[in-house]
Amino acid sequence: MLTSFKRIFTFAVNDFSRNKGISLAAIFVLIVTIMLVTGIFFFHGMASYLISQIQNKIDVTAYFKEDTSEQDILKIKDEILKMSPNIKNIEYVSKDQALRIFNEKHKDSAVLIKALEEVGDNPFLPSLNITTNGDPSQYEEVSTILQTSGFSKLVDKVDFSQKRDTIEKVYSITSNINRFGLLFGIILIIVAMLVVYNTIKLAVDSSKEEISTMRIVGASNWFIRGPFIIQGMIYGVVAFLVCILLSGFFAYMVSSKIAVVLPGFSIFSYFLTNFWILVLIQLGFGIGVGIISSSIVVRKYLNI
Amino acid sequence: MIKFNKVTKIYPPKTVVLQDISFEIKEGEFVSIVGKSGAGKTTLIRLLLGLDEPTSGEVYFKDINVHTADSLQLRDIRRNIGVIYQDYKLLSAKTVYENVAYVMAVEGKAHKKIEEEVPKVLEIIGLQNKVNNFPKELSGGEQQRLAIARALVNHPDVIVADEPTGNLDPYNTYEAISLLQKINQAGRTVILATHDREIINKLGKRVITLENGRILRDEEAGRFVI
Repeated sequence: MLTSFKRIFTFAVNDFSRNKGISLAAIFVLIVTIMLVTGIFFFHGMASYLISQIQNKIDVTAYFKEDTSEQDILKIKDEILKMSPNIKNIEYVSKDQALRIFNEKHKDSAVLIKALEEVGDNPFLPSLNITTNGDPSQYEEVSTILQTSGFSKLVDKVDFSQKRDTIEKVYSITSNINRFGLLFGIILIIVAMLVVYNTIKLAVDSSKEEISTMRIVGASNWFIRGPFIIQGMIYGVVAFLVCILLSGFFAYMVSSKIAVVLPGFSIFSYFLTNFWILVLIQLGFGIGVGIISSSIVVRKYLNI
Repeated sequence: MIKFNKVTKIYPPKTVVLQDISFEIKEGEFVSIVGKSGAGKTTLIRLLLGLDEPTSGEVYFKDINVHTADSLQLRDIRRNIGVIYQDYKLLSAKTVYENVAYVMAVEGKAHKKIEEEVPKVLEIIGLQNKVNNFPKELSGGEQQRLAIARALVNHPDVIVADEPTGNLDPYNTYEAISLLQKINQAGRTVILATHDREIINKLGKRVITLENGRILRDEEAGRFVI
């Protein structure tokens, strides 16, 4: 068994090095394909960051009656967290904090600052700012809890109904980005796999006569198929090594340019953070497509 | 050892290549199958190796029906028949040494045994100085000798030669046929398919003559007469 495997491996390495032109062509096509998949991976990272940035800007605010104590609001905060598992973030803003935020935000608008001075007292109400995972139904659920549960008598108002349209629009846009991204990715991957399959088919086609001769001299299916499958694996590993280096280099080079379009997002950090996932994707895709394509093509010629 | 029983082979749509062929070949025989091009000689060999299926009838190798044999049996049948083709069917991406070693590796022979046997066989056929050459770097005669070496190296029970001298000059033809005679004298069954009248008439062995897919004659010490 071990001897057979060694022989099959030796045949594969010999064939790989002797058919340099075909091997290089197959590796080149695999590199292009893996880079395409890597492009989808980076795109996914950028899209996810963009979506999370948009979603973070969406929230609902529950305003409490002026005389509600901080202690009561914090208790309500804990209860809401227990009742609704979809809450991503919940933040208490006191009357004073709300005033500070307003002043900071409108420090350049003399009219607004003057209007506030004329009111005299701090007109702001204590509130809870709530962010969920983005689904409008989750905001609706939180809003309903606030307005119908035991502590609803302390709630002055919840601004969900005013923000409902915006939340739904953002949710629809982000869902569409995800859906079309996935569809586009799947189509690209299928096209890429077909291109690789056809290239490997050309490589194996050149050995069609040899396969038939091997069959005639009594070689078993595995003895014939093995070297081609291992060659497919070698194509995949070589293509992966080139691609992981290219990906790192590319991410490093364009990181600052992408940061201009997507402030706060570093594609190079994304590459480093997700390095092992990318290794798995590239290696899995390269080896997987290499092996599957070789197996399918050789199988065709084994029916002698 | 080999038995063809009422074998007919029709290629679609209606090309009749062999019609109701029956004969037997015993162990140790030297049988020539002769006939003009297209008489059905190559089809007969393909049927024996299980590379084609008969339209009707059966082909037996050592009492195993070749066309109902499972893949393991078929593999063993092919390993027991060394075939020499007119177009050599060498493995072009492998060297002379590797072409011969491959058939031994296929049978799972030990590395040491392969290292001992292959040089011996290559020396017998005079290719000991070309072990690292690829088939395309050999002359026609050398390629044919390599094909013979490959057919012999595993000591199969039967050697089938399909027009082995078709691409050879008279000197190499003589060499190849002498080699086949020696193989037969060593006790192995030899089947020679040819349309070379001169060779057959010199051999003085059993001759099965095919014409239009039928057996015209089957004679001991026969001659090529059509």
